Amino acid sequence: MATDTLVDRRSRRAPGAASVARRTGVRPGRLTPYLFLAPFLLVFGVFVLAPAVYGLWISLHNWDFFLPTRPWVGAANYLNLFDPDNLLAEQFWESMLATGKFVLFSVPLLVILPLGLALLLNRNFRGRTAFRAIYFAPYVLGVSVIGLLWQFLLSSNVGLVNYYLSKLGLDQAIPWLTALPWVWISLVGVTVWWTMGFNSVVYLAGLQGIDTALYDAAKVDGASRWREFVHVTLPGLRPVLLFVVTMTILASANMFGQSYLLTAGNPSNETRTAIMFIAQVGLEQFRIGSAAAMSYLLALLLIVISAANFVFFRTKEGD
Amino acid sequence: MVAIATASRRPGQGVAANLLLYALLLILSVIFIAPLLWMLSTSFKTAEGATALPPRWIPADFSVEGYTSLFADAQAPVLRWLVNSVVVAVAHTVLVLVTAAAAAYPLARMRFRGKYVIFALIVATLFVPGFVFLMPNYLIVESLGWLDSKWALIVPGAASAFGVFFLRQFFVSIPAELEEAGLIDGANRFQIFVRIVLPLAKAPLATLAILSLLGSWNDFLWPLYVLFNPENLTLPAGLATLKGAYATDYPAIMAGAALASVPVLIAFALVQRYVIAGVARSGLKG
Repeated sequence: MATDTLVDRRSRRAPGAASVARRTGVRPGRLTPYLFLAPFLLVFGVFVLAPAVYGLWISLHNWDFFLPTRPWVGAANYLNLFDPDNLLAEQFWESMLATGKFVLFSVPLLVILPLGLALLLNRNFRGRTAFRAIYFAPYVLGVSVIGLLWQFLLSSNVGLVNYYLSKLGLDQAIPWLTALPWVWISLVGVTVWWTMGFNSVVYLAGLQGIDTALYDAAKVDGASRWREFVHVTLPGLRPVLLFVVTMTILASANMFGQSYLLTAGNPSNETRTAIMFIAQVGLEQFRIGSAAAMSYLLALLLIVISAANFVFFRTKEGD
Repeated sequence: MVAIATASRRPGQGVAANLLLYALLLILSVIFIAPLLWMLSTSFKTAEGATALPPRWIPADFSVEGYTSLFADAQAPVLRWLVNSVVVAVAHTVLVLVTAAAAAYPLARMRFRGKYVIFALIVATLFVPGFVFLMPNYLIVESLGWLDSKWALIVPGAASAFGVFFLRQFFVSIPAELEEAGLIDGANRFQIFVRIVLPLAKAPLATLAILSLLGSWNDFLWPLYVLFNPENLTLPAGLATLKGAYATDYPAIMAGAALASVPVLIAFALVQRYVIAGVARSGLKG
């Protein structure tokens, strides 16, 4: 109480002092900030900081669930992943390739198509709220419902997709979930259908934040629709674009459920993603040391990509 | 001049252009809705009717077999999974909101030792992908005796670095005079936080709540591996087991999918404005 009144008096003394108090807030009791932070730090410490270190520790051991001892192996779990004769390494890089392909195929579509949809929804017309909700709806259903539903729709002999394609004159049943390249088209297509509403909504908020005066100025200059898009819309969207690109790369690199439910990693592990493989090695075969090493390697790669992405957008800003 | 400006602002306001826009929007709507209608339709068919071609959107052989066989199956308590999912998502979200808001407040408003180290640690984890914690957290959850329990889903993901960062940005922007007024009235920091700061933060709190609910609701990999007993599963983990158990019994599988979807779609339709507003804000200041 005493400190409160003291600070209160100080903050009224002079405009300069007041602004200091404003910046720093009012001086609390010494323990107060720590009491506020305590619940978060408890959970954060046990389930974020501790596992970050513990995971590294595990990755330096032969941490097999079924072994009586878990001997220290140093960097062997990491080095094994770069040994061309190692079966685990071969399978790991195969799964990394699968994740890489999925990121490469899905991210451009998940960045561009939702932007188009957002531009469409950003116009003035009756019912736009309803349409927006319809396009967002699949996202709230979760990956399991989506997986069960599309597994049926894409079934090569009883699925609706092949039925309507045959009506359009296609006489061959497409093996959507069992053969290349169709498996990738299915996984990417279903993911776009499931999540594009989410990205559209984020874009839409960004579009509505662009100063309309800029569009009026472009009109006065006689700019075409395309030039208006390139010179007003895209620059205005840059922060949102960075957010969407980063989030989408991370989400696609984390892909697991679609492959697990739709293709089960087939044909011959072609669509078994890195996360799926890490989970199998760690939580099905319980070779937790190897799995931890693989997750650290993948995480490092993703952090580098995110940082590069950030730098790319930053340098663009300097143009 | 004014007339020209407004006329040229919307060159697409003509009747033809509007018709084109609506046609496009309707085609897209069909693409998003038709699969869901097919799911509902199939769930009310017999096993033979479900795979009969040409497909019938209105079941010719109306049947609730799919639902009755699912309800009779102790291995597939779909409604129980739905309840589990709701309980987990709500508890998880409450924990995220309470811990993140309480932590963000001193980081925005107080001066204390270790503040910048703590904030830097929290921000640093924003860039670490979640799967890094999969193996160690599995072992930690196991040693706490939380495997196959709701705690494993509610607590470990609840330290939201994004939440703290997002709310801190907002708290920094609240004028200090509002808090000073509270101090003059003799309120302590906790009372100021609860009575003055939190009510001002309804919008960012709602955003964080929506994102946490959606995140927990859609979580698939973690529940798949930490839950075992059919009674304890959440919807995503439970529905995944139907695929193996019911193979080509499509009415039963679609009945499970429909039971999982219809309540969620109704809830979404009721609060869609808030959900969409919440998601929309995530990209702006985050």
